[in-house]
Amino acid sequence: MNATIAMITFRAMLGRRRALLLLALPALLVVLAVVLRWTGNNDLDISANVLQKFGLATLLPLLALIAGTGVIGPEIDDGQIMYVLTKPIPRQVIVLTKLAVAIVLVAAFSVVPTLLAGLLLTGTTAQLVPAFTVGVLVGGVAYSAVFVALAVLSRNAVTIGLLYALVWETLLGSFAPGAKSASIQQWALSVTDALTPASPVSSSVDLGVAIPLLIAVTAGAAFLAAFRLRSLTIASAE
Amino acid sequence: MSEIRLEKVSRWYGNVVAVNGVSMTIGPGVTGLLGPNGAGKSTLIHMMGGFLAPSSGTITLDGEPIWQNPGIYRRLGLVPERESAYDFLTGEQFVLSMAKLHKLPDPKAAARQAIDRVEMAYAANRTIGTYSKGMKQRIKMASALVHDPPVLLLDEPFNGMDPRQRLQLMDLITRMADEGRTILFSSHILEEVERLAGHIEVIVAGRHAASGDFRKIRRLMTDRPHIFLVRSSDDRGLAAAVIADGSARSVQLTDKGLRVEAVDFQRFTWLLPQVSRDAGVRLWEVSPADESLESVFSYLVAR
Repeated sequence: MNATIAMITFRAMLGRRRALLLLALPALLVVLAVVLRWTGNNDLDISANVLQKFGLATLLPLLALIAGTGVIGPEIDDGQIMYVLTKPIPRQVIVLTKLAVAIVLVAAFSVVPTLLAGLLLTGTTAQLVPAFTVGVLVGGVAYSAVFVALAVLSRNAVTIGLLYALVWETLLGSFAPGAKSASIQQWALSVTDALTPASPVSSSVDLGVAIPLLIAVTAGAAFLAAFRLRSLTIASAE
Repeated sequence: MSEIRLEKVSRWYGNVVAVNGVSMTIGPGVTGLLGPNGAGKSTLIHMMGGFLAPSSGTITLDGEPIWQNPGIYRRLGLVPERESAYDFLTGEQFVLSMAKLHKLPDPKAAARQAIDRVEMAYAANRTIGTYSKGMKQRIKMASALVHDPPVLLLDEPFNGMDPRQRLQLMDLITRMADEGRTILFSSHILEEVERLAGHIEVIVAGRHAASGDFRKIRRLMTDRPHIFLVRSSDDRGLAAAVIADGSARSVQLTDKGLRVEAVDFQRFTWLLPQVSRDAGVRLWEVSPADESLESVFSYLVAR
């Protein structure tokens, strides 16, 4: 971890208009929770549904995509990464710092809002709030690692990330059960499922499979990003 | 005293060869990397800066490979051509961050010293986004100098600078070279290289076209046959006189005037008025037909 890189990355992420974008979705989730509670539509079924469909399946991948690609992608595109790469710093330190910043941002903009929305909707019923908070957090770590790696590997990281989150996880997951198992969303849901007795929450993946997969994907993506950053080629001006 | 050594370095992108079998050694002092746009200068500098692997050949700094060797940056400073720095940081924050990334013992003092060196102290508290091109170039220079490296690579450092900023930067580069540093800068402008560099490496179409003292290369460039277009009151009469005089290799009558291929640039420009006066011909127009840098370079390559 490198404090200077973290500082520059935070300032780049929060200084631009992207910060507003980061805030819009979580704000919507909290507002929705307030409205549902106010109108009395906050039984366990609806609450679990909102937390799962909105918090875990929509807010989390989108925020992780913005944060994960944003911490390093624009810097590579604009060439500023050169100022970091021309320093005697091991590449894995750069990647791990960027990843840590992405995880902090995901925690602030999707884990905390999920926690807030959950408390507003269900209070402490059926351990739903801690279950979703932990689920979103572990999912956020895995998503961030994948999207950071994607941003190092490809100039089209945002597009590929969107296709994965929207088409693979959401669309294909509802048609093909096989695709469902190969999805960070389902692994995170599996962790949530294990932590709450609430019946509306159920995952298609066993916890014993989900946890090793989450760890493997996170570690694999971080390693791949560091490995590729070692031989990052800056597009020539010519 | 540090030395960058390139041995038979090539770089290709798919079927396109950007750099073709270049060998050169860059030692202390200022070396100018000269070549037309698109010749492969940036590709070479990127390879020397460790941002691009050579497709074949080796690049070393004092015997150590540069590619995939972050430790090399303790001895190497690089100023990229692209303008973008971290626009949201102030000049001081930027240089200080770079000093911290180098893990210098006293980053604040190093940053202040580097900023003073490029004479940017007066604007150090403004964000880089508000800087002019020349100021950005200088703050980038400060960031590359902050760890006092013996080797400095500058990619087109004068691009977009006004004449005053150019002079300031030239001064700075000369001073740093006098301290024994190895400095390489790229440019497509002959005059810049001539003013600054004691040693020149010419790159044309990815190939190493010439190397050495700038006067030698300058002579190579001026000694080549020059084409002139001449319009006069009596083209035929003038053609006969020029051929008889012997300062031209060939003369061609065209509907736009005479096309003269001169052997010696200076002798021809000096003799033509005399020849035409003696022949009683009035000169209306004398213009060089192939003065673009590209034609100069392609002549060098052909030799």
